[in-house]
Amino acid sequence: MKLTLNVWRQAGPDAEGRMQRYEAPDVSPEMSFLEMLDVVNQRLEENGEEPIVFDHDCREGICGACSLMIDGVAHGPQAATTACQLHMRHFKDGDEITIEPWRAAAFPVLKDLMVDRSAFDRIIQSGGYISINTGSAPDANEVLVPKVDADQAFEAAACIGCGACVAQCPNGAAQLFTSAKVSHLGLVPQGQPERDQRVVSMVAQMEAEAFGSCTNHRECEAVCPKEISIDFIARMNRDYLKARIMSRAK
Amino acid sequence: MKWIFELYRSPIAKKAVMALTGVILFGFVLSHMAGNLKVFQGPEKINAYAEGLRELGKPILGHGELLWILRVGLLAAVGLHMLSAWQLTKLNRKARPISYAKRTPQAATYASRTMRYGGVIILFFIVYHLLHLTVGNVHVDFKHGDVYHNLVTAFQNPLIAGFYILAVTSLGFHLYHGLWSLFQSLGWSGPRFNAFRRQFAIAFAAIVTVGFVSVPLAILSGFIGH
Ligand code: HEM
Ligand code: FES
Repeated sequence: MKLTLNVWRQAGPDAEGRMQRYEAPDVSPEMSFLEMLDVVNQRLEENGEEPIVFDHDCREGICGACSLMIDGVAHGPQAATTACQLHMRHFKDGDEITIEPWRAAAFPVLKDLMVDRSAFDRIIQSGGYISINTGSAPDANEVLVPKVDADQAFEAAACIGCGACVAQCPNGAAQLFTSAKVSHLGLVPQGQPERDQRVVSMVAQMEAEAFGSCTNHRECEAVCPKEISIDFIARMNRDYLKARIMSRAK
Repeated sequence: MKWIFELYRSPIAKKAVMALTGVILFGFVLSHMAGNLKVFQGPEKINAYAEGLRELGKPILGHGELLWILRVGLLAAVGLHMLSAWQLTKLNRKARPISYAKRTPQAATYASRTMRYGGVIILFFIVYHLLHLTVGNVHVDFKHGDVYHNLVTAFQNPLIAGFYILAVTSLGFHLYHGLWSLFQSLGWSGPRFNAFRRQFAIAFAAIVTVGFVSVPLAILSGFIGH
């Protein structure tokens, strides 16, 4: 396949960026999107040019590192698929593809297509954990977890924190990510003691970062590679309002 | 009371305020629309209905008193609704300082993307509408107490009828998204309940719009007239 790429190039956090055109004349349909970029980069390096910087790690759709806006869709045109698991067979010979970094005030560009997502880490640090006592291991199955709750918690826990939800949201809102993290602990017994405080602290941190606010467009849900449901956003809103109005959490 | 103002700082709380005031305003437009349909029963009925509104609250409250309380409440709801809309819009613009060269919406609807513009159209319409059919000073032949006459003389003009139809249609779009969205904002969600939320929004957006549109349309087409 022969492709034309329009790629965002930016030398550093404070540098001016611009779109740059590249020809990719030798793309195989079996390649993943990132492997296609590897080939482009190899040629750039051979010609003594700077390779295109992009985030990646596991390349099997589980780590959340890859983060490309492909033709105006976070992680590209294939639903429930990270950019690293997107294969070139979903494109046609002769296609022109636009590749941009996540765009959000809370995710500043570091270089080219790589952004700083440490705002997500700070949200987790503010309450995305449970406190436990160390000591001898409790008996297995001592704490009962209803199957429906375990399943739902697992759906929320599938979030890999890639930031596609923020990237796709017209408001740059982080409600899908935060609600998944709030809910996967809030749904199980181990998460109950800190449930009110958790949602209040994590929402406060989310709001302290430069994210926008949800207007229920459902864009996030549509691009989430793990298909996290906006039902978790409703759940977080409910937990948050309840905690702020009815509990002592602050 | 301080805790309420502290809570309001949170965008989630602002959105809840928007949803609650939206519910109040929806309750108003629904009953307003239903009342308007009395025009199909002739001049006596609609004029008696308008007069009857002033007797609401009797015998506990006096003539027109409850109506004024409701008006103040509605004004406060519109004010809070717009305040939170404006504050959240500002926040959301700041959150995406650089826009994409290419963006392909995946799920957002026409209605969800035009909430702000629809809201502004509704705002201008409300001001014009009050001056036109409540106060009467932008009406060509306004007679206090004769609602039927005021409606018929106004909507025989296609421009005025057209503007009313346009405005309530944009209200319909606003409600199509809003009546679904408010459940999310308030956290009213559940596996059995969620299909109902969409049906509720479609049904009531359609009922309100069709009900409102029917009056100028009936007068313009000569179905209702002197
Ligand atoms: C006065 C001018 C108005 C403005 C500027 C305005 C603006 C807005 C905006 C920006 C939203 C947020 C949409 C979103 O982010 O999803 C909204 C939501 C809403 N509006 Fe309005 N609106 C106005 C009038 C009305 C009226 C008259 C009604 C009722 C008939 C109404 C009912 C609603 C409802 C039910 C919501 C949903 C709240 C939610 O998403 O939780 N609005 N409005
Ligand atoms: S590189 Fe790990 S999810 Fe794509």
